[in-house]
Amino acid sequence: MTPPAVAWIDHPAAVALAGRHRVRAWEAIPWLLALAFYFAFPKYLGFGTELLITILFALSLDLVLGYAGIVTLGQAAFFGAGAYTVGMLAKRGIWNEPITGLILAAAVAAAIGLGSGLVLLRTGGLTLLMLTLCTMALLEEAANLAHDYTGGFDGLDSLPIAPLLGRFEFNPLYPTTQYLYVLAVLFVCFVFVRTLVYSPFGQSLTGIRENTLRMHAVGAPVRRRLVLAYALSAAIAGVAGGIWAQANAYVNLGTLGLDRAATVLIILVLGGYGRLYGAFVGAVAYMALAHFLSKIYPTAWQLGLGLLLVVIALFARNGILGLTEAAARRLRAPRAIS
Amino acid sequence: MIFGVDVASMLLGGVAAGMVLFIVSVGLSVTMGLMGFVNLAHGGFAMLGGYAIALAMRQWGLGFVPALGFGFVVIAALSAVLERLLYSRLYRATELDQVLFSIGLVFMMIASVTVLVGPENQPLTLPSYLRGQINLGITQYRTYSVFLIVVGILIVIGLWLTFERTRAGAQIRAAVDNRRMAESLGINIGRLFTVTFAFGSGMAALGGGLGAEFLGLDPQYALKYLVYFLIVVAVGGLGRVTGVFYAALLIGVLDFALKKYVPSGGTAFIYAFTILLLLWRPQGLFGTKST
Repeated sequence: MTPPAVAWIDHPAAVALAGRHRVRAWEAIPWLLALAFYFAFPKYLGFGTELLITILFALSLDLVLGYAGIVTLGQAAFFGAGAYTVGMLAKRGIWNEPITGLILAAAVAAAIGLGSGLVLLRTGGLTLLMLTLCTMALLEEAANLAHDYTGGFDGLDSLPIAPLLGRFEFNPLYPTTQYLYVLAVLFVCFVFVRTLVYSPFGQSLTGIRENTLRMHAVGAPVRRRLVLAYALSAAIAGVAGGIWAQANAYVNLGTLGLDRAATVLIILVLGGYGRLYGAFVGAVAYMALAHFLSKIYPTAWQLGLGLLLVVIALFARNGILGLTEAAARRLRAPRAIS
Repeated sequence: MIFGVDVASMLLGGVAAGMVLFIVSVGLSVTMGLMGFVNLAHGGFAMLGGYAIALAMRQWGLGFVPALGFGFVVIAALSAVLERLLYSRLYRATELDQVLFSIGLVFMMIASVTVLVGPENQPLTLPSYLRGQINLGITQYRTYSVFLIVVGILIVIGLWLTFERTRAGAQIRAAVDNRRMAESLGINIGRLFTVTFAFGSGMAALGGGLGAEFLGLDPQYALKYLVYFLIVVAVGGLGRVTGVFYAALLIGVLDFALKKYVPSGGTAFIYAFTILLLLWRPQGLFGTKST
């Protein structure tokens, strides 16, 4: 006897797929925690702002590395492009309104991402890795050379950023405005990325990451999708850079450096890539450790960080979130494997 | 005439720098070509080697040449252990895992050296017979640069003969071209990997010691010059000794000339050159295999 026919919409697989992007109750927790932080630790809001910006930057990397599977060492190129866009426009007195400034930063970073992506993404593997690295180094060198515009090695400081919405002043010493502003921007960007990765476009990116050949075979425009993802990720990194320049009122060559690119990679991998919230977990874990340990034992911090990376690469490839997921599965089905 | 001397001295300086680049990078090229491993810790082996050599000379009063040999052996042994214990687990892993692992290893190397020796630059005193100038007929030039060029040429000839004329070299070439086929023919790939890796790291140590005179030697060495080593490997093509040699000479001379005539924009030109070259030939100038 054949089982009764089920409408495809009620099929368990269809239900599971359709429910994948449902907003879960626990997803409110990080945002509530971020708000609670504002009231609980008014003295640490500078640190909190830096943390939120790092999350935003790691989120941009998650889109390109975790979802599209492009291994890049040059993500700081776009962070720096955004930061310098805001910095140069403000320093020359051309444009210093914060929100539109971020949009400009995103546009410039996206343009660089689109331009470089169009040529870089023709390659793969080690060549691609080298090209992202060289592109970033080239931008850093260009910013160093054009010191009439960028301030060269010293960078641009005391940027005159206009009050937010014409009312709320940015105060680097007591960054309440910055914190809430960054939190709001992070939320908007997060909703955008979340919608994007669960959209058909995002699904095709995952498909390309998992099996590029098969995606070619089913007729997906692989290169175009990758370039678009690269440019979108660059735009978000540009927003992160722009908001960093606004919150700190300065910009320097460090925004374009390999250090920053490597750090954000470490943060994302520590949290778990390709998981949206990996950026949050990784940034909190890394920044808290860095904030308290690196000042007391800078060398031990570097040693520990190195050890952590080696251990993650060897044993815990999905980061902290991957470990907790595995533990949760183990708890739920204690005797599944005998 | 003055111009000719100028060009000659520039070429000599650039070629000497290129020789050091070659000695350090050749191991990286073979590691990446043979094992497909993105080893960002290679600069770390060069740094550790430089330290072993400088410290052996200062603490134990070892001569320059014996110290170089000592550095080679120590780092080769260390890297053989690391290869067996750790690297070999990641041969089939993704590029990302390899990148993370090797960055972590570099961090650990930098931190350990900072703790054990200190963060400051380590001076490396050359023996008296390598200091000063030497008369080359057309021009006076620094003895050490000439020494580097001679050593570099000897090494490239030695490596070329090993690669092209010995059984081990044939096995390596076979494994670079087609690993599975080489394995099926009974070549012990695991042992080949260990030996090659150890040898390449030993060469990096040698380069670290030989180049310390003008590249300096501090814990950050491991990351500071990594981009240069990677550029040489990418430009030369993976797993090709002669390719790395020409690429190192090219980058060395370019860098030397640009630093002299365009002191502020030289590095940007090298990056731009690399990008354009890799877009034109993703497999590098002399590589045959696409990566």
